[in-house]
Amino acid sequence: MKRVLSTTVALLVVLTMVLTACGPTPTPEKITVRETVTVKETVTVKETVTVKETVTVKETVQVPVVVTAVPEKPTEVVYPRNETIYVSGAAWGPASTWNPFQPGSLANTTGTIGFVYEFLFAFDPQTGKVTPWLAESGKWTNATTYDVILRKGLTWSDGKPLTAADVKFTFELSQKNAALWFSPLWTYLTGVTAADETHLTFTFKDPLYQEWDNYLYNLPIVPKHLWESKTAEETNSGANEKPVGSGAYLYDTRGEDRNVWVRNENWWGIAVFGKPAPKRIVDIRFSSNNVALGAVIKGDIDLSNNFLPGVATLAKAGYVKTYFADAPFMLSANTAVLFLNTTKKPMDDAKFRRALAFAIDVPSIVNIAYAQLVKAASPTGLLPSLSRFDDAAVLAKLGYSFDTAKAKQMLAAAGYKDTNGDKFVEAPDGSAFALEVTCPFGWSDWMAAIDIIASSAQAAGINIKAVTPDYGAWNTALQGGTFDMTLNNWASMSNTPWTLYNLLFRHPIQEQMQSGNFGRYNNKAVFDLVDALAKVPTTDEAGMKAACAKIQEAMLTDMPMIPLWYNGLWAQFSESAWTNWPTEKSTSPTLPTTWSGYWQLGGLMTLINLKPVQ
Amino acid sequence: MRRYFGRKILIYGLTFILAATIDWMIPRFMPGDPIANVMARIGAVVNPAAAQAMRDYYTHIFGLDLPMWQQYVNFWNSLLHGDLGISIYLFPTPVTTVLMRAVPYDLFLLIPSILLSWYAGNKFGAFAARSKWLDNTVSPIGYILTATPYMWLGILLAWLFGIVLGWFPIAGAYGFNLRPHLSWTFIWDVLHHWFLPFMSLFLVGFGGQAIGMRNMIIYELEADYSHYLEALGAPRRLVRKYAFRNAMLPQITGLALSLGVVVAGALVTEVVFSYPGIGYLLLAAIQNQDYFLIQGCFLFIIIGVLVANFIIDVTYVIIDPRTRRGMTGETA
Repeated sequence: MKRVLSTTVALLVVLTMVLTACGPTPTPEKITVRETVTVKETVTVKETVTVKETVTVKETVQVPVVVTAVPEKPTEVVYPRNETIYVSGAAWGPASTWNPFQPGSLANTTGTIGFVYEFLFAFDPQTGKVTPWLAESGKWTNATTYDVILRKGLTWSDGKPLTAADVKFTFELSQKNAALWFSPLWTYLTGVTAADETHLTFTFKDPLYQEWDNYLYNLPIVPKHLWESKTAEETNSGANEKPVGSGAYLYDTRGEDRNVWVRNENWWGIAVFGKPAPKRIVDIRFSSNNVALGAVIKGDIDLSNNFLPGVATLAKAGYVKTYFADAPFMLSANTAVLFLNTTKKPMDDAKFRRALAFAIDVPSIVNIAYAQLVKAASPTGLLPSLSRFDDAAVLAKLGYSFDTAKAKQMLAAAGYKDTNGDKFVEAPDGSAFALEVTCPFGWSDWMAAIDIIASSAQAAGINIKAVTPDYGAWNTALQGGTFDMTLNNWASMSNTPWTLYNLLFRHPIQEQMQSGNFGRYNNKAVFDLVDALAKVPTTDEAGMKAACAKIQEAMLTDMPMIPLWYNGLWAQFSESAWTNWPTEKSTSPTLPTTWSGYWQLGGLMTLINLKPVQ
Repeated sequence: MRRYFGRKILIYGLTFILAATIDWMIPRFMPGDPIANVMARIGAVVNPAAAQAMRDYYTHIFGLDLPMWQQYVNFWNSLLHGDLGISIYLFPTPVTTVLMRAVPYDLFLLIPSILLSWYAGNKFGAFAARSKWLDNTVSPIGYILTATPYMWLGILLAWLFGIVLGWFPIAGAYGFNLRPHLSWTFIWDVLHHWFLPFMSLFLVGFGGQAIGMRNMIIYELEADYSHYLEALGAPRRLVRKYAFRNAMLPQITGLALSLGVVVAGALVTEVVFSYPGIGYLLLAAIQNQDYFLIQGCFLFIIIGVLVANFIIDVTYVIIDPRTRRGMTGETA
């Protein structure tokens, strides 16, 4: 009996190990290419001593050589350290789709957009420059026509050329499929024509210049010859396995916790921008930020875009490098805004909202919750890269900062007094209120931040408690408008201030607010101001500044939402295998990030500039 | 025999139907709207008209626009065809694919650790029951191991052996510089990554089993039949043999139940060691209201537990003569 038992146990152990080893293993693809090489050499020698001219022509024709070129997708099974870069912080689950039109964060394959599929232009948020990428140039020929000239020699990774027909096809996809995210473009785009292989014309009716610029560097171009035969369902929600794009990297393989991209040696951009240094990129999914921290300390990964609490200490001790050598260590990625639900009392009172802005202890959030990894936000909410649109006069008059005494004063002046002695103020009509500030459970930095918001508000006499529901419940409350006050940071780096104000003052107000204005602030005058900003051409900076000044004045007078701090573009890197990372000291720094939607904002250039440690 | 098993199978069948129904109901009564979640992850670039079109589209794909009873019927229909639906969190991967890809990692970790800790724990527990010296060493260690919060032990092992000493890697099922292929490098690498998570599970399991077995053996050795055999002059080996057999019964039940829930994965292990598996995905599915993935996982667990129970019943018939007698109607 004992013998039977022990042998069964041993057998089961071995069996499971064998079974798992025989699990799904991707079979490497081998591609053999035969190339005929002919070499012709012509040498001309001219001698003018007298009138004589001797021309020697040497022609060598080699016998056609059959060469098995390096397969397009190299299939090593062990990756050399000096050719591979290990990154983390972008993917949080196994890969499920390579469809570039799938919602960005639904795809844990964040390299699909940017690595495999590319855009007409690339935008550098730090300099504000828009660089032609697939396009060679683009300009408004008149108020309603935009001309694009593509580069010559663009190719897809299957060898076919990328032409204006592909671009036209991509834009027209959303005309046919309303479910694609860029279908609203067709409310003001009237047509796309391809004059020849590289020449495109977009015609508009009442164009939104600011939004159009966003499309230029956010819309991935897909190959017509592969996508025209897809059904609507496949286009909208198909997984698009084995993606074919024009980009610098190709899909290599994946595992439950990693995505591997391999460099496209035939990328058209090598001649234009340079060759990306790492041959392979392994994008790792760590189960939690703590494990990422361990891996960073061990030197197992080169770039980590996770939020690692305490990185300030590690950076100072020299374990990792960050963009800034000192506080705030990280670039600012987006603004964390406290949305107030203006449909509920007492948040429908502008005076209360303004008093609350002075009550929140942002310095503590910066120094304690984030341990100096972030910066306090400008009251306008605009990121540092767009600070030129901050109106100094408006800020001087209406800006806010942490001042509990002033907050108490403002509350008293607005009629909020503590009538029942519970240390919290009541509304002018005498009713008591108890508010909740929320964030999703598990977002530890935000959880610490809302604790500070609640405690500093209580110090000023406002009864606010911090509550952390599950993500699903939080999201439902956010979009359904049932929360009291909550944090949100969905406007990220952009070339125009319109992106932020579009998030803050989205209109019209509907039952479900899915992409902005969660507090349902209903003010037609402000909506008109934001629409006016959308219509200002991006070249007219003076016009944009004037429009922004008006919006900021309205926003700071009414304070329907309170910008608090800039979330960081978390990035810590190690120089054990790769150097020349972008830092504040670099001559032309790019973004050290692997996050979705950032490859075309400079992430790819970072890879091109890297150098392996020999 | 036939009546005994027939009745068992009927009970198991009814339990399965009831459990599957509850499984189907629970995700739908969770607060929050999964379509809203999917929409939220699209990001901020959506305008109202497209948002509505997208919302309708996704609701239709997942069949959430049908009335409840029709969703229930469709659930059983696809279940009998082996189709567990499409995951929302990992759209558009089918749930069966997600499970099939992730579960082997958990099996690889959990089955060896459960079996080995059971075997070793029982062995040591049995020794400890009769040797005072062993009892004084194994029992305290066993109590400490079983009382230690598992995540703390896991993090301690990861930190000590992974970071401080650097002997083992702390993340992944195989090296990030490797692609799965058949070679000694790869096999060695897999075992290298497997060892720490396995060890953490083994230690905790070992402690519990050792203590359980030790207590059972002592109980058996103090039972009437043991004293009677000793009084008859039977050799100690014989008495211990019978005591061991009786002590094994609850241990076998425990083993079968542990194996039954193996498909639920080891969530904390997967988080602490960043080991891929179904536990982590299940947690993510719950947080993202992924109806179908949650249903699929729970269904696996239900089936696992029911199968394990059934195997226990069969095993008991084989190894416990009292059950055999009970089946044919005789009283013990």
